[in-house]
Amino acid sequence: MSHYQPHTETETRAMLDQLGLSSVDALFMDVPEAVRLTNPPLLAKGLSQMDTLRAMEKLAAQNTAYRLTLRGAGCYDHFIPPLVSQITGKEEFVTAYTPYQSEMSQGILQSIFEYQTLICELTGMEVSNAGVYDGATAAAESATMCRERNRTVTLVSACAHPDTIAVMRTYCYGTGHELRVIPAVDGHTDLNALQTMLTADVAGVYIQQPNFYGILEDVPTLFAAAKAAGVKCILGQNPMTFALLPSGKEVGADIVCGDVQPFGIPMAFGGPSAGYMTTSTALQRRLPGRIVGQTIDAEGRRAFVLTLQAREQHIRREKASSNICSNEAHCTLTASVYLTYLGARGLTTVADNCLANAHALAKALCAIPGIALRYPGEFFHEFVTDLPVAPQKVEAALEAEGILSGLPVEGGMLWCVTEKADASQLARVAELVKGVCAK
Amino acid sequence: MSETVSLSFEKSVKGRYTDVVSPSDAPACTLPQAFRRKIAPVLPELSEVNVDRHYTQLAHRAYGVNCGFYPLGSCTMKYNPAVNQAAGSLPGFTHVHPLAPAHAVTGCRAVMDELAADLCQITGMDAFTLQPAAGAHGELTGMLLVKAYHEARGDSKRIKMLVPDSAHGTNPASAAMAGFTVVNVPSREDGCVDLDALSGLLGDDTAGMMMTNPNTLGLFEKDICKISRMVHEAGGLMYYDGANLNAILGVARPGDMGFDVTHLNLHKTFSTPHGGGGPGSGPVGMKAPLAPYMPAVASLGQQSKLQMKAFHGNFGVMVKALAYLKSLGAENLRAVAEHAVLNANYLMKRLKDMGYTPAHDVPCMHEFVLTLTDVKDTYGVSALDVAKAMIDHGIHPPTMYFPMIVHEALMFEPTETESRETLDKAADVMADILAQVKREPEALHTAPHCAVIGRPDEVKAARTPVLRWNHEA
Repeated sequence: MSHYQPHTETETRAMLDQLGLSSVDALFMDVPEAVRLTNPPLLAKGLSQMDTLRAMEKLAAQNTAYRLTLRGAGCYDHFIPPLVSQITGKEEFVTAYTPYQSEMSQGILQSIFEYQTLICELTGMEVSNAGVYDGATAAAESATMCRERNRTVTLVSACAHPDTIAVMRTYCYGTGHELRVIPAVDGHTDLNALQTMLTADVAGVYIQQPNFYGILEDVPTLFAAAKAAGVKCILGQNPMTFALLPSGKEVGADIVCGDVQPFGIPMAFGGPSAGYMTTSTALQRRLPGRIVGQTIDAEGRRAFVLTLQAREQHIRREKASSNICSNEAHCTLTASVYLTYLGARGLTTVADNCLANAHALAKALCAIPGIALRYPGEFFHEFVTDLPVAPQKVEAALEAEGILSGLPVEGGMLWCVTEKADASQLARVAELVKGVCAK
Repeated sequence: MSETVSLSFEKSVKGRYTDVVSPSDAPACTLPQAFRRKIAPVLPELSEVNVDRHYTQLAHRAYGVNCGFYPLGSCTMKYNPAVNQAAGSLPGFTHVHPLAPAHAVTGCRAVMDELAADLCQITGMDAFTLQPAAGAHGELTGMLLVKAYHEARGDSKRIKMLVPDSAHGTNPASAAMAGFTVVNVPSREDGCVDLDALSGLLGDDTAGMMMTNPNTLGLFEKDICKISRMVHEAGGLMYYDGANLNAILGVARPGDMGFDVTHLNLHKTFSTPHGGGGPGSGPVGMKAPLAPYMPAVASLGQQSKLQMKAFHGNFGVMVKALAYLKSLGAENLRAVAEHAVLNANYLMKRLKDMGYTPAHDVPCMHEFVLTLTDVKDTYGVSALDVAKAMIDHGIHPPTMYFPMIVHEALMFEPTETESRETLDKAADVMADILAQVKREPEALHTAPHCAVIGRPDEVKAARTPVLRWNHEA
């Protein structure tokens, strides 16, 4: 019922006449008769805009609306300042294509150059690309960057996000390279095991910080071991934590990557978000995807362009460093606006609040008989507790009050607390959990 | 407007900030020294007004399809309807955790199921995975499905992927990432696949063939059924690059042409915005024999050889595409293709009549390619010069120098959402430029003259890369 073609019937007729065609069907003469559809595909009848929106609202309403989310595991519910959505909603940003024509795209190119700078500042690294699909594909692409002729194996910690490991495995399956998993001990990457696995065929090692269980890994020690064996170090880090934790440079990473979703990007059932990738100048020509560089125009004015394109598929075809073309530009723009608006001060407040709130909940939960932290060690805003009852019971009790509990994992629960929770809500959560555990 | 805009970092004033969040009422907490950062990051310090105006200035230096004509070939820059954006912004979709319990996300599941079902109908495929994040990501997914399929049958010698020389650059790159050896298939004079050459390339090492139909010249591969038959007889699978699906929406289906696996670009055919380069969404459809290898989500406890990204895919993009299909409906699908093809032929004829040379002087599908070798040879004006001159007239240039088999190529794709007067105005602009080519060819070498910058020095950018702002500088 709705359509977006402007031609009136008279105009269509006139245009066909100008082409010397009797009907629109004549436009498809080259399509063999055998494959021409005689009936339209079996879709529902079109709706007016009003009814379309109503139908979509009805679908949206089927989802449970939680007032508090205590689940993270790679997707985080942070406060999104209205300014962020207002800016990123500008149609020039929303409806542009990739900035191939730099003279017409200086605004987008400059925003990407600023993004690259912001991410380099956070990670402490020298070079950033314009982003990839998400944190998991960033990890997989980083593994590819590390490979040498005689070093092709990638090591990944068992404490990394299961989706990240699965995506890395998929990319390795494609190119025929091996992925080996470093076992976990007490919720940490097993350093002793890593040391035995650092053989001469290993190219890179991937460590996630904080890891899937929320634990802060001893990254400098793990990376020192890898470096001593000539292995490149990939740090996959929640970028929000760079407000507090040491930068990638400070822990000795060769590549730092992850997902910028915590920076103003809604959860949206897990996508879209964007993967960030940063490295040293030495490795910059191995980065996949787009990179924006600064230059000058004919009059000497500062200008921004897509650069180092000799790495990319449209030039190198099957020899490209990656096949990536479209990335997640609008999500990296969102992250830039978020970071530019909050500044280091605001970002640190958000991170401090996550840290304080998570520790407050952990303390309150651990005061309940039968509940304890499952793993020793420091954590940021996620932690695993054992539970004296089935996790699904806790999930149901919290859901009854509009709260999404932590994620059930191996009989326990992986909790996540962001700046959005307040003390009274967290006290209520502890009360509810206590009630379930007492039964 | 030609003033450069300072970087956000350069506008920063020490000590300036806006309180977005206040400190938590929970007891403060500090990490041990070993987990504390030594050198603080330098981020801009700006007020809210500063930030708002900074990005407004940047937006004024950008150009989207909702601003004006954007005939970028093979990118299908159709108008992005507002109702899709509204649907995509509903809190019931944006505020959903990907690992929430199944009963809490039935709305999201319904969106994905309905979209997958519609895409099956539109393409003639049996199943769809919505996980891939973009077209190239979909290509890789499709290539890995082909690999898994042959492997499961113990057919391990099938290592060659045939790719026409007119193909998008992502095709060979994706095949290579899946471990295939890429074999180029030459095109005939008429721009279509050379069947004799193809026949010589097929064998028991053929894993499959990747094709775009209509191809990147905007021509429908008339021999498609024969090609599929040849590849199938050799034991290979047919892959459909859906970048150009807009031309045949509701007219014909890849599944009926013999294709076994296809990716679609929701950000092209299905009207979701490109966002300055993404996010897109590249769902992959497949015939039943490939469905067992469909990507899964490990964090949901699912098992598969394949997972393309974390969680379910770019869900926010899927919502917009479903809203588009709901509003369009079965009855309007074909009209999309009809008007897209009508507009392309109309614009091509006007350009041809005024003296431009189509690379193939036959009716086109949704896009067409001009070759400017005659202009280059006679006046020394290149396709790049002409493209840059278009910017001065407020039109986004077409795709340049692609496909690679056409010299001095300009590839136009007007799409169905452009009106006749927009096409006429674009044609008038092209006539003005052609007149200028004849009158003062040198002037075009420095075009554009009215944009916020002149031609940037790309060689300098690549030779001495400056990839971030430095506060020392």
